[in-house]
Amino acid sequence: MGYPHPSHPRETVVLSKHFGDPAARTFQGWVQRGGYQAIRKALELGREPLIEMVKQSGLRGRGGAGFPTGLKWSFMPKDDGRPHYLVCNADESEPGTFKDREIMRWTPHQLIEGCLIEAFAIRAERVYIFVRGEFTEVFPILERALQEAREAGAVGQNIFGSGVNVDIVVHRGAGAYICGEETAMLNALEGKRGNPRIKPPFPAQAGAFGMPTTVNNVETLAATPHIVNNGAEWYKGLSLGNPKSTGTKLFSVCGHVQRPGNYELTMGFPMKDLIHDLAGGMRPGRTLKAVIPGGSSVPILTAEEAEKCLMDYESIAEQGSMLGSGGMIVMDDSTDMVKTIWRYTKFYAHESCAQCTQCREGTSWTARVLERIIAGQGKPSDLDLLLDLADNMTGKTICVLSDSCAAPVVSGIKKFRAEFDAYLSGSRAPALQAV
Amino acid sequence: MADQPLVNVTIDGMPVGVPAGTPIIEAAKRAGVLVPHYCYHPSLPSPAVCRMCLVEVEKMPKLAPACVTTVAEGQVIHVNSAKAKAARQGVLEFLLINHPLDCPICDQAGECELQDYVFQEGRSGTRYEEYAKRYNPVEDFGPDILYVANRCILCTRCVRFMDDVAKTPVLNVSERGDRAFIGIDESQLLDHPWAGNVVDLCPVGSLLSKDFLHKARAWDLDKSASICPGCTQGCNVNLDTRDDVVVRIRPRPNLEVNRHFICDTGRQDYRWLNRGDRIEAPLVREDGRLAATDWDTALDHVAALLESRPGPAVLLASGRAGTESLGLVKRLLGTRTHVAAVKVPIGDEAPLPGVPNLALRRERVPNLRGAELLGYTADWKRALSALPEAGLILVLDADLDVDEQAMLERASGAVVWFGTVLSDAWRRADAVLPVTNMAEENGTYVNRDGRVQRYHQAKGPVGMARPAWWAAGEVLLGRGPNPTAPATGEEAFALLGESWPAFAGLTYAELGYTGRVLGSVPAAEVTA
Repeated sequence: MGYPHPSHPRETVVLSKHFGDPAARTFQGWVQRGGYQAIRKALELGREPLIEMVKQSGLRGRGGAGFPTGLKWSFMPKDDGRPHYLVCNADESEPGTFKDREIMRWTPHQLIEGCLIEAFAIRAERVYIFVRGEFTEVFPILERALQEAREAGAVGQNIFGSGVNVDIVVHRGAGAYICGEETAMLNALEGKRGNPRIKPPFPAQAGAFGMPTTVNNVETLAATPHIVNNGAEWYKGLSLGNPKSTGTKLFSVCGHVQRPGNYELTMGFPMKDLIHDLAGGMRPGRTLKAVIPGGSSVPILTAEEAEKCLMDYESIAEQGSMLGSGGMIVMDDSTDMVKTIWRYTKFYAHESCAQCTQCREGTSWTARVLERIIAGQGKPSDLDLLLDLADNMTGKTICVLSDSCAAPVVSGIKKFRAEFDAYLSGSRAPALQAV
Repeated sequence: MADQPLVNVTIDGMPVGVPAGTPIIEAAKRAGVLVPHYCYHPSLPSPAVCRMCLVEVEKMPKLAPACVTTVAEGQVIHVNSAKAKAARQGVLEFLLINHPLDCPICDQAGECELQDYVFQEGRSGTRYEEYAKRYNPVEDFGPDILYVANRCILCTRCVRFMDDVAKTPVLNVSERGDRAFIGIDESQLLDHPWAGNVVDLCPVGSLLSKDFLHKARAWDLDKSASICPGCTQGCNVNLDTRDDVVVRIRPRPNLEVNRHFICDTGRQDYRWLNRGDRIEAPLVREDGRLAATDWDTALDHVAALLESRPGPAVLLASGRAGTESLGLVKRLLGTRTHVAAVKVPIGDEAPLPGVPNLALRRERVPNLRGAELLGYTADWKRALSALPEAGLILVLDADLDVDEQAMLERASGAVVWFGTVLSDAWRRADAVLPVTNMAEENGTYVNRDGRVQRYHQAKGPVGMARPAWWAAGEVLLGRGPNPTAPATGEEAFALLGESWPAFAGLTYAELGYTGRVLGSVPAAEVTA
């Protein structure tokens, strides 16, 4: 199987095995494909060994931060008598990322099973799947799958006769990027404005409705049934690079490649092979110029840096960027880097929640300065101004939206300064109307 | 608190010990360092959104917001390091890029925290050149509140006050990014009985009082610590005067009485302090008509009346009179049978839900408790019914309605009137003594919880008016070879203890700026 094109032989197909197979969406279809075995095993295994297994597997959060999943689960208090919540972060809005959508679209039961396993592990009786509002196709698929799972006794009271109760609720977001930030998501879930919260307290102490909560990404949750089925050692063995990055990960490749789409790779797979082999390489006559490896919030890599990288957390960090969500934006030599960066800053200026001063005012100021440069009205001092604004916007706010806006600006100016200079000196024609 | 172990931190080189859980911003106050801030307010939850109070804490990787970072043992904190100052300068620059800089026409100028901090440590010029600033029209939020969106720095103090203190969530942050502004529920007004506090809470000139709009510049105002005369709660306030006219009442922090708030009724209730129809000279009845005279003649006249008119007496007093005046005027009655009463207008109670024991009280006078301690009754009718038999009637600035004035006119006793303003009934008096109102004298009120609190003179007296305690003191103790009449409010207050043990030993110095509960151990110094 595979979607939108058959799996490439060099992929390691675990999560995406049933992409493109509509029959896998139904409860029966999923059971026939080996589904709902892992949750039974997990229930037999018991909570502590289960958490230990996930710790041993080396699974790390797939939403962007890469935090060790088992460790996160172990932060949840034990026997505190309060209700616990699991929130599944399905608000996939990071520009360039489209992996969670495919998981939910083709294999909703894979996610539901993952939710059940974790809910059991962290003693949560209620799971909220916070789905991005724009995912109009995903929402009914999830609802239908949940309905079937409830009818089959997999979700609800006394799942699989184990005495464990896990109810799952699908909550549709209203379309704000910032609600993908876990604490903003909790606020939105509670019916409040989706503003990120100050940490501490961390969600494991006071999350949804003030109760201990763990927030995990769709892909992270979808990976857990496979770990339970095949064991921590199997998962840990899936590593071509640094042993701290284990398992498989879906990479959403988009931009100037011939075969954009999701590719499931073992951690540590060479980035150059992903771009040039699996994704079909550049368009004819074009060469690779830059890659944003982990969604728009991470620093840009030049072609040379990208071709050195392995697709794992450590290798990309070595090149000064981040694996992030795995949303890879590939750009060829036809790309105007100044315009690209400007487009990202406009996105962040639009999506800033307006809480923190630096982000509220800094994101749109940054966008305006870039706009002025592209319109041919930039001043020689503008690059220093941009870097100074970026400095004021980095590491000073509640969440990292402001840092995310600054990252491509800083890396862009550092790595592609000639293009900025070309606009400033007039050697490149203005590409925008005057502001 | 006292036996709790202290956490020791060093702030800008100054070691301080503070209770565990104290935010750095409060610890810094103990060390004498003010961390610049906007969204933080000691009476509101801290959202840490303005990012102005970022300070450098050694061993922390990033700058920490002082408002939500609590102290830890041994922390070394730098408020004024180059790194922290640079961050604050960045915030100030961001705050100003869309700010209209219309200080010359802004009511907040002179008491604006944006202005203050920009002058203190902001950039001298802007780098946000060549762009139009964000523009939003001025909005009418409610009976007394205007919202000037362009000046707003989105600190959200107003939103949090309405959400968490007034518990009437009508304000919000609308829109996102730099388009954001404070929005109001379209079906509602900002007309909560305590809504006016958002004007004080606003650190800039974004929320304005219509009542005070363009009335005075902040630097032209004189501020006097006072007590709100509106009800028995006894909220601490400042009377702001300009050229001897009270133009505004604002809350003065007292964490044990009103925290940082006052109600709108109290806030609006200052015009009577500026009344023009004042009694400006003593009047005594000669040949059947009242004639202006000097104080000595008037006091002699009153003393003679007191001696020549035996029999039961009635004292009708205003609950707005200070404890000193209520006490000394009552002492004029000596041992004769009397009924002394204060008039207490009644209104609706309006609590502020987020603060325990804080409300606009039903009893709309500030000194009911003080009067009761001095032997006055609130049974006004009983005093009125004693009028026909009274040989002597003292009126201490009581506000008499038409029926009460008619009763007074029918009474046969001698009438001595201590008054601030003219009314028809004083024509019936045998002596009229012009007295000061609470803005023109030093005095004390006792609030409903027995807290004795000082109010300070805020403006000069009108004409020949003197405090009622002065006039009564002169009659009682100002005569003979060794006069001992009190010359100051403080001396008058000290005299109360002679007749009423509840006040024994108390002095103004001991009351300080936050007062003291009668019968309690000395009040801890409460500051905010």
